[in-house]
Amino acid sequence: MATFKVIQPGLLTTVQDLGRYGYQQYGVSVSGAMDDYALRIANLLAGNNEGEACLEMTLRGPQLQVLADTVVAITGADLSPMLNNSSIPMWTAVAVGPGDTISFPRSQRGCRSYLAVAGGIDVPRVMGSSSTYIKSRIGGFDGRALRAGDYLKGGRARPGILGRLPPQFIPEYRNQSELRVMLGPQDDCFTENGIHTFLHSEYTISMEADRVGYRLHGPRIEHKTGADIISDGIPLGAVQVPRDGLPIVLLADRHTTGGYTKIAVVITADIPKLAQAKPGDKVRFWQITEAVAHRALRNYEQTICTVKDCIQRGH
Amino acid sequence: MSYDRPRFQTGGDKTLLIEFGNAIAPELNQQVRCLLLAIQRAGISGLIEVVPAYSSLLVYYEPRQISLRELRGRLEALERSAEDSEIPEPIVTEVPVVYGGKYGPDLEFVAKHNGLTPEEVVRIHTGTAYRVYMLGFIPGFAYLGGMSARIAAPRLATPRIRIPGGSVGIAGNQTGIYPAESPGGWQLIGRTPIELFDLHNEPPAQLKTGNYVIFVRITPSEFTRIREAVRQRTYIVEETPMAGKGESGDI
Repeated sequence: MATFKVIQPGLLTTVQDLGRYGYQQYGVSVSGAMDDYALRIANLLAGNNEGEACLEMTLRGPQLQVLADTVVAITGADLSPMLNNSSIPMWTAVAVGPGDTISFPRSQRGCRSYLAVAGGIDVPRVMGSSSTYIKSRIGGFDGRALRAGDYLKGGRARPGILGRLPPQFIPEYRNQSELRVMLGPQDDCFTENGIHTFLHSEYTISMEADRVGYRLHGPRIEHKTGADIISDGIPLGAVQVPRDGLPIVLLADRHTTGGYTKIAVVITADIPKLAQAKPGDKVRFWQITEAVAHRALRNYEQTICTVKDCIQRGH
Repeated sequence: MSYDRPRFQTGGDKTLLIEFGNAIAPELNQQVRCLLLAIQRAGISGLIEVVPAYSSLLVYYEPRQISLRELRGRLEALERSAEDSEIPEPIVTEVPVVYGGKYGPDLEFVAKHNGLTPEEVVRIHTGTAYRVYMLGFIPGFAYLGGMSARIAAPRLATPRIRIPGGSVGIAGNQTGIYPAESPGGWQLIGRTPIELFDLHNEPPAQLKTGNYVIFVRITPSEFTRIREAVRQRTYIVEETPMAGKGESGDI
């Protein structure tokens, strides 16, 4: 028995979890939620483990007809979620049932919204993950974005989980973000000038911004000799600088390997900010050390643990 | 160029890059393969996965489970002992290919471009064991090394919109196999009926870093027969240890 029927698919709605790890050595991209924080919190609110499969909705959300009683939680970008004719609160568990329609008429803030359903979106796990890698048609819902007429299955709601996220844990999405980076692995391929430019300029997210990565516009970053390297693995958040000197931040659907110099890598805790940024938004890069980056990562994970406690205790 | 000692560079807060040099050379890729196998055997907790490449490995780790310092220590120790430890011979995978005709529409071009007959191109292409330096670009795509410069050919000026899965091509000094239908600009000289990437297999990719490929010529009727056996999941890909074939790649 299906839980939702897709009436309108939205701009780009895919099934994602925390990504497909272990297969990059065979050329399989990681994929997974662009905004790891929003997906994990959505799941916790819906009474799930934090890594269950959710819908990731981009800028213009879908219209879903509800076919069965369940609980949903919507987090991330504010796409003005509505239940029938009333708006529904975000970052909150909401009971829905047959006859209801969930829609997202207007994009307000942020870029990617997540809908978790109690029990998770039920799709076959491929190579250990439910994430969709559209380019190679792997995983998720038939390896593709949702279409009108698709039926999605969730699980049953656990009783007594109707929770709401305390407001201090709800991120604010801005049109200007500061992204913390660790320099490397190829920062030695850039001139001092080039590194200075990178760390002291404002960059604008171009129209070429998708799940693979964001191409940025702004001052060009100077290489010492060339931009090409012998191909190596690409970490999440790697800032790749090809010959034209304009940085590209590589994200969930990036290739596993690449042959351009990487000046720096955005820290894990700041990836969600970038995932919520849109073409035209501005970013700046701020260098931190490994020790500070690992402290930031601990804090990030601690926040999610605290949220989990709050929700499960019913604060 | 090969480094005296491997270089360790952080790639953000969750990866560590280990570089043996910065060149495409079998010796460097052999070091990559040794360390990859050693890491897989060691089973380091907190290590998520390893992405081997031409002359480096990118290690993904979970800092909540293992500190960077400890990870680096473990990897350095493995690297020091990997050189002496017994590692299995590389595997040579036989990839059956029909050359020319509708299977390889650019075989004639590659031949003319190099002043050879199509027959000579096939002989040269099937006369070498190619090293699988790494996989990447698309799932199951192998970067092969060792192709003779005598059959090199430029990419198509206009890439094809759709190339059938299994197509074997040449681009510059490289040869490769498209594991799945995709767009592409390589000169297509043939096609294999076997699946190089099947997500129902574990592991899903037939080829692995540090192993070898040889192309074996088959006829169109053998293609049809093998294709059917692959569909029925009864086809067994020919794999033999490298021993006796020599690391130089010549056979």
